[in-house]
Order: sequence, then C-alpha cells, then structure tokens
Amino acid sequence: MLYVYVGLAGAVGALARYGLGLLVDSFGTSPFPVATLLINLIGSFLLGWMTHRFLQTGKFSPQLVTIVGTGMIGSFTTFSTFSVETIQLVENGYVLLAISYVFLSITFGLSSSWLGYRIGTKATRGEVE
Amino acid sequence: MTFVWIATGAFIGAILRFTIGQVMKTWSDSTFPWATLFVNVTGSFGLGYLYAHTDQQSLILFLGIGFFGSFTTFSTLKLELMRFATKDWIRFGLYLLTTYLFGLIAAYIGLTM
Repeated sequence: MLYVYVGLAGAVGALARYGLGLLVDSFGTSPFPVATLLINLIGSFLLGWMTHRFLQTGKFSPQLVTIVGTGMIGSFTTFSTFSVETIQLVENGYVLLAISYVFLSITFGLSSSWLGYRIGTKATRGEVE
Repeated sequence: MTFVWIATGAFIGAILRFTIGQVMKTWSDSTFPWATLFVNVTGSFGLGYLYAHTDQQSLILFLGIGFFGSFTTFSTLKLELMRFATKDWIRFGLYLLTTYLFGLIAAYIGLTM
C-alpha cells in the first residue's frame, strides 16, 4: 500500500510542478529556466525542513515522511529537466546562461536544503524546551 | 486530459524511483546514494531522448513532465549532499561531480542520439 501512496503523492507533486511552471512562465518568457530553478529550490528547502522536523520529533510516522518526502517533494523537484535545459541552453548558444544555471543549481540548491534543515532544527528545539 | 497524462506518468515514475531506492538498499549497505545517482542519470538520458524524438504533446506530458520529471529528483540529491557536507567531503565531492557530470552527459547523448 505504501507504494501506491508514494505514487499518488508523486502525481500531486508533478501536477504542482506543472502548475507552478505555468504560473512562472505567464510572467514572461526568458531563455533562462527560472521555473525549474525556483521549483527545485523550493522543494529542496521543504525536504530539508520536513526531514528533520517531522522525523526527529517523532510526531509523524516514517511512512508519512516517505510518502510526502520521497513521493510528493521528490516528484515536485526534478533533475532530468535541469540537465536537458542546460544542454539546450548550450545548443542555442547561451553558454554563459548554461554555466550560471549549473552554478546556481549547485550553490542555491545546497543553501536551500541547508536553510530548511536549520529552520526545522530550530523549530524542533523550541518545542522541546 | 493534460492533468491525467501528467498524474499517470508521475504515479509510475515516483513508484519506480522509490522501488529502485528500496531494492538498492537491500543490495548493499553502502552509504553512497547509488539509487538517486542512477535515476537522475538514466532519467536525464530518457528525457533528452524523448525531446529529440517526439513533438507529440500527450507523450511529452505523460513521459516528459509526468514520468521522467518524477522519476528524477533534485530535493533528495541536495539533502543527501548536505548530509555528506558536514562529515565526508570526499563523498560530497564525488557525489556532486558524478551526478552533474554524468547527468549532463546523459542528457546530451539523449538529445543528440
């Protein structure tokens, strides 16, 4: 049953990714993949935050953390779109944008995950004290 | 129909990613995230190949945005990297480098094949 829930949560995450992508693109078109970067940063923050906060406090079962973390947030964020977009930027002559995209994906992605984790830790401590 | 295509593809993609993670856990007790590396590299190839070979909208929604989008993941990659960052810089560097290098090469091969 856990597998089915992971799949359903994955569908929700993917639809949210699609919806947010449409929303971001409605603000205007740019060769830089703003939508994917934003989605991946939000998801990294949420997973970092949730993993610590929910798992450590023991308030939520590991199954629920798997469903939301692996299923929903895991599907919300995407790596394949990132790598294809990077290659397409290069192929279209935007080499500098491609390099910036990779650089921002690495640095901001890690920062988002770390920030989520730290905020989750802080909130947990506050509750315990 | 758009939502149905995406949701169905994502349903399968997420379950497959989760299954690969569970299976690889039973194969080895290595702390290296082989499962995430595997899905991200193969998924990058698959999506590149798809985009190079079809213009069919339903297939792009189902396989591209749904299946490959959910099969690969960015948030788990970052969480795993962050966990290495504080205590194992060698694995951190190796994991970062292999994912980005092989992921981009795989996407390139898929797009040009």
